[in-house]
Amino acid sequence: MVVANKYEMVCGLEVHVELQTKTKIFCGCTTEFGGEQNTHVCPVCLGMPGALPVLNREVVNYAIKAGLALNCEIAEFSKFDRKNYFYPDLSKNYQTSQFDLPICGKGGLEIEVDGEKKWIGITRAHMEEDAGKLVHSGETITTSNASSVDYNRAGVPLLEIVSEPDMRSIPEVLAYLEKLVQILEYTEVSDCRMEQGSVRFDINVSLRPIGSTDLGIRTETKNLNSFSSVRRCMEYEVARQARVLDAGEKVVQETRTWDEGQGVTLTLRSKEEAHDYRYFPEPDLAPLVIDREWVEGIRKTLPELPDARRARLQELGLSAYDAGVITQSKALSDYFDAALSHYGDAKTLANWVMGDVTRLLNSNQCGVVDSPISATQLAELLGLIEKGTISGKIAKSVLEEMYSTSKDASTIVKEKGLAQISDEGALLGIIDEVIAKNPQSVEDYRAGKDRAIGFLVGQIMKATKGQANPGLVNKLLKEKLA
Amino acid sequence: MLSISREDVEYVAALARLELTEQETQEYTEQLNSILGYAAMLERLDTNDVVPTAHAVPLHNVLREDQVRPSINHEKALRNAPDGEEGFFRVPKISLT
Repeated sequence: MVVANKYEMVCGLEVHVELQTKTKIFCGCTTEFGGEQNTHVCPVCLGMPGALPVLNREVVNYAIKAGLALNCEIAEFSKFDRKNYFYPDLSKNYQTSQFDLPICGKGGLEIEVDGEKKWIGITRAHMEEDAGKLVHSGETITTSNASSVDYNRAGVPLLEIVSEPDMRSIPEVLAYLEKLVQILEYTEVSDCRMEQGSVRFDINVSLRPIGSTDLGIRTETKNLNSFSSVRRCMEYEVARQARVLDAGEKVVQETRTWDEGQGVTLTLRSKEEAHDYRYFPEPDLAPLVIDREWVEGIRKTLPELPDARRARLQELGLSAYDAGVITQSKALSDYFDAALSHYGDAKTLANWVMGDVTRLLNSNQCGVVDSPISATQLAELLGLIEKGTISGKIAKSVLEEMYSTSKDASTIVKEKGLAQISDEGALLGIIDEVIAKNPQSVEDYRAGKDRAIGFLVGQIMKATKGQANPGLVNKLLKEKLA
Repeated sequence: MLSISREDVEYVAALARLELTEQETQEYTEQLNSILGYAAMLERLDTNDVVPTAHAVPLHNVLREDQVRPSINHEKALRNAPDGEEGFFRVPKISLT
């Protein structure tokens, strides 16, 4: 991406993702979101003197799983460290994190922007604890000089995934984030609910003159929690840095914060006040030795990942676009696959899933996981069209009925008498009637006006309330008029 | 050998939010240098074949199953807190911006 005609953007990202364990990383408190303040706490996550943390096995399992899905090396030896800072979002005055021996080493993922594929490297991923929440509300005399702290979130397990500074445009950044979140969602290590803060992004960005290979001075903007904020924040920050450079000044290396309301980034702290975290090994936690058997056991639990699924669907005849839409979320992709195991025509299935099924779900604000129409039921409906029992048009109304009643397609077809009329005898009777009533059209057709047959077919469909088998009607009618 | 300067002591004190008197700064500089000198004895040993120690106790993989255990209530959580209100801890207001 060229900025202000003369700069190239360089960006690397840190992504914090909450792992969806039942309990916190070092204690048995629940990780459930939204409890009453300070009710999901205990001496360990409150940092009481003498309390001893014990690592949650599932956190390690999830970290390994995410690491494998992101093509990372999994360390054979890993340990925790204390990151020291004074801020009351953690009560211990340090965060238990990993410094020099993270659980996941180098990896990466492939993105695609405007048809061009690019590999984005991942430097590392490490386990750490989330911090509590500070509430700065209340500007009355009694509360104006104090903040309230809720430690329910303190100790919730996080995986921090650090990328290489490989991204050169905002679309590349967004493609990387979307792909990363998609992979994490597929592996089910996180619920990835961005609106609840399950995924948070820190953006490191700098500009350099086009052609230069040195890195410019960067800023880090912390704690964004949606793709749209990332896009807006980057647009602002890149333009700001370009203005600074254009004015012949230097970008100040600093940590910034994104103000969503004003749409600007602001200085949080400059390098002069930068933290010296004085990391040192956490003496309360034993190190981890991860044997290859453990890693291979977890590799076996990896689901088919988005790229592989997309490729498989394209092999089945879906367009790249359709395969992309279906595999966007694991839930939709699983639904598609479940239906596919009962109905073989992938293209027709994709049209229904992306069309009518998605429309019904969206208009009822229903997730595909909670769909009142099961994948098997959808497959049965499509099977009825294939067999000629109902027409595609009737199937659409059957689908609506299935949505509101959760009944099987065949049940609805039977109850409502919607089965297509494919009985030649019955159809011939109706055809004779229609011919008798419309002598003009018959004459037109015989005079060479092919369009007249369309009118006659329409009349037959009308007479049968749309239930006549259209192919058969066409055939029989043409025979009659010949 | 490494040595600790006055500036090092002042820097570490600032990080730890400690306000030291002139005399204390002097005293700690000497003490820290003495401690470092003592630890420097290790340099006389051949440690080429020794793996760096991550933990003092020869343990690894001390893990817990992912099972919820009861948390404590507001009252207990806040019992030792200098200030609290409506189930929240209250701390001096800190603004980062």
